Amino acid sequence: MKYIIAIIKPFKLDEVREALASLGVAGMTVSEVKGFGRQKGQTEIYRGAEYSTNMVPKVKIEVAASDGLTPQIVETIQAAARTESIGDGKIFVLDLGAATRIRTGEAGDTAL
Amino acid sequence: MVAHKDMKGFTHMKRMIATAGGMLGSMMLSTAAWAQEAAAAVAETATDAAATAAAVVTEGPIKGSDPAFADAMAGMVDKGDTTWIIVSSVLVLMMSIPALALFYGGLVRTKNMLSVLMQVFMIVSIAALVWVSWGYSLAFTSGNEYVGGLSKAFLQGVDATTLAATFSNNVYIPEYAFIMFQMTFACITPALIVGAFAERVKFTPLMIFTVLWLTLAYFPIAHMVWYWAGPDFLVDAPTDYGKLWGMGALDFAGGTVVHINAGIAGLVGCLIVGKRVGFGKEATPPHSLTMTMIGASLLWVGWFGFNAGSNLEANGLAALAGINTFVATAAAAVAWCIIEQIHHGKPSLLGAVTGAVAGLVAITPASGFAAPMTSILLGFVAAAVCYLFVAVVKNKLKYDDTLDVFGVHCIGGIVGAIGTGIVADPALGGQGFFDYTVFPAVPGTYDMAAQVITQIKAVAITLVWSGAVSALLFYGLKLTIGLRPTEESEREGLDLSDHGERAYNY
Repeated sequence: MKYIIAIIKPFKLDEVREALASLGVAGMTVSEVKGFGRQKGQTEIYRGAEYSTNMVPKVKIEVAASDGLTPQIVETIQAAARTESIGDGKIFVLDLGAATRIRTGEAGDTAL
Repeated sequence: MVAHKDMKGFTHMKRMIATAGGMLGSMMLSTAAWAQEAAAAVAETATDAAATAAAVVTEGPIKGSDPAFADAMAGMVDKGDTTWIIVSSVLVLMMSIPALALFYGGLVRTKNMLSVLMQVFMIVSIAALVWVSWGYSLAFTSGNEYVGGLSKAFLQGVDATTLAATFSNNVYIPEYAFIMFQMTFACITPALIVGAFAERVKFTPLMIFTVLWLTLAYFPIAHMVWYWAGPDFLVDAPTDYGKLWGMGALDFAGGTVVHINAGIAGLVGCLIVGKRVGFGKEATPPHSLTMTMIGASLLWVGWFGFNAGSNLEANGLAALAGINTFVATAAAAVAWCIIEQIHHGKPSLLGAVTGAVAGLVAITPASGFAAPMTSILLGFVAAAVCYLFVAVVKNKLKYDDTLDVFGVHCIGGIVGAIGTGIVADPALGGQGFFDYTVFPAVPGTYDMAAQVITQIKAVAITLVWSGAVSALLFYGLKLTIGLRPTEESEREGLDLSDHGERAYNY
C-alpha cells in the first residue's frame, strides 16, 4: 500500500477529483494549506504598509492506494493538476504500513 | 419658562435675517428670505411677522420670564427642528457604535477584534454618563473663556420645557434634544483616540483616561469653540462666549473639537504607550476589510446627523451641510484611489474607505459654510494630504499609530479647519459669518486672509491644549497603574487577556 500526498493549485481540485473518481479511487482527504516553493508569494499593501506574504495558498490531497493502482493515480493527478506554470505543486508517495476501516475492523487493501 | 442661552455656536447664519421684526410669525417665512436678496424682502417679511405677533412684542428678541411672552416663546420651538435633532442624535450614536467600532475592529488582527469593539462600546457608555453628570455643564454654561461652570451639573435646572438656542433669532430647540445631540459628540471623540494605540493598551487605564480626558480636554475645547450667549442674548452679554468662538474661529460641526482634539491625543498616546510588540517585523494586516467597509459606510451615513444636525434647525443650511458631506466624501474616496493607482498600481478598498473618512473629517468644520463645488475641492486636498501622512510620513518616522488616528483625523481636521477659512468666503459661494452683536443679526464683512489666520490660531490652541492634557494623563497612568499589557498578554491578544472572550469562535 502507498500513501500519496499531492500539493496542487486550489482551482485544480475538482478536475483532479473527477479524474481520480473515474479511476475508481474511493476516497481522499483534502486540506487547504499554505506554503512556498519556487513560486513567490504576493505583496499586499495596506495604507502604504507593504507585506510580502511568502506563503501561497494550496490544496493538499491525500490518497491511500494499493501498490498496483499507485502509478496510475500519480500519473492521473499529474495530468489533471498541470498548468505548465510555476507553482503547479508536487506529488509525494510514501509506503503505507497498515490501514484499518474503523466501522468493520477490516485491514489492508480491503480497508481502502 | 426661561429660554436658556446655551448653544453650540458659530458666527454665521443667513436665513435668520428674515426675522427682522423679531417676531414669532417670521419663523415660518424665514427660510425663504436670504441675506443676499433684496432688502425689500426683509422689510416685507418683517411686516408680515409684525402683523402676526404684534400683540406680544414689537421689536427685539422674545425673551425673559414675563408671562406675557409665554405664548410667543411657545412658538419659538419648531417640531421639525426638534425631530431633526433627535434623529441626528441617533445617527451620530450609530457613528460610534457600531460604525467606528467595526471600522477600527476590521483593521486589527483577529485576536484583538473584541477588545476594540469593547473599548469603543464602553467609552460611549462612560462618556454618556460623564456628559450628563458634569460634561454638559462644563461645556455649555457660562463660566470663563476656557470652561463653563457647574450650574447644570447632573442636569439640574433642565426639564422638558427648558430651551437651547439655535443660530437664528427667536428659534429654539428643547434643551434635552440639544443635550442629547451634543452627548453623542462627547461619546465618539474619546472613542476615536483608541485607534492610535489599538492592540496594546489595557482596558481599565483606558476607561480612566476617558473620564479625565473628557473633563480636562474635551469639555474645555467644546466650551472654547462652541459656547456663546446665543443670537438673542449676545447683544446683552457681548463677552459671554468661549475663547475660540470669541476669536471668530469657524467650526461648523467639530473639526477642532472632535477631530483635531482626538487626533493629537491619539498621536501623543501612541508615542507614550509605545510600539506594538513585533512592530515593523511581524505582518499586521487587517483581519476583515469587510467589517471595515461596513463601518466606514455607516460612518458616512451617520455623518449626515453629525454635520447637517449641527445646524440645529431643519432648513436649507442643514441641506447644504448634508450635500457638502456627501460630495466631499465622494471626492476624497475617488482622489485616494487615483493616488494609489499612480503610486502602487492598484486602487484598494482600504484606500477608498480611508479616503472617504478623510473627506468626512475635512468637511466637518466647513460643512455649513462651503458650497458643494468647493467641498469637492476640499475633499481632494484632504485625501492627498492625509495620504501623504498615512502612507509616507508615518512609515518614514516609524511611529506606531495603529489605525492612523493622527494621519486621518488630526491631519484631515487641520486641512478642514484651515480650508474652512477659505471656502466660507462668500466670494467663493460660501456662507460667510453673521454678526450677532446686533439684533437681529446681520452678515459680517468677510476677510479671507484674516479668517485663515484665525483658523490656524484655533488649530494651534487645540493642538497644544489637547496635546498637553493627553501627555499629562498618559504619563500619569503609565507611571501609576500602567498602560501596557504584559508582552505575553499582548502576543496572546487583548480579547483573551483583557476580556476572557474571543470575537470569533469557529
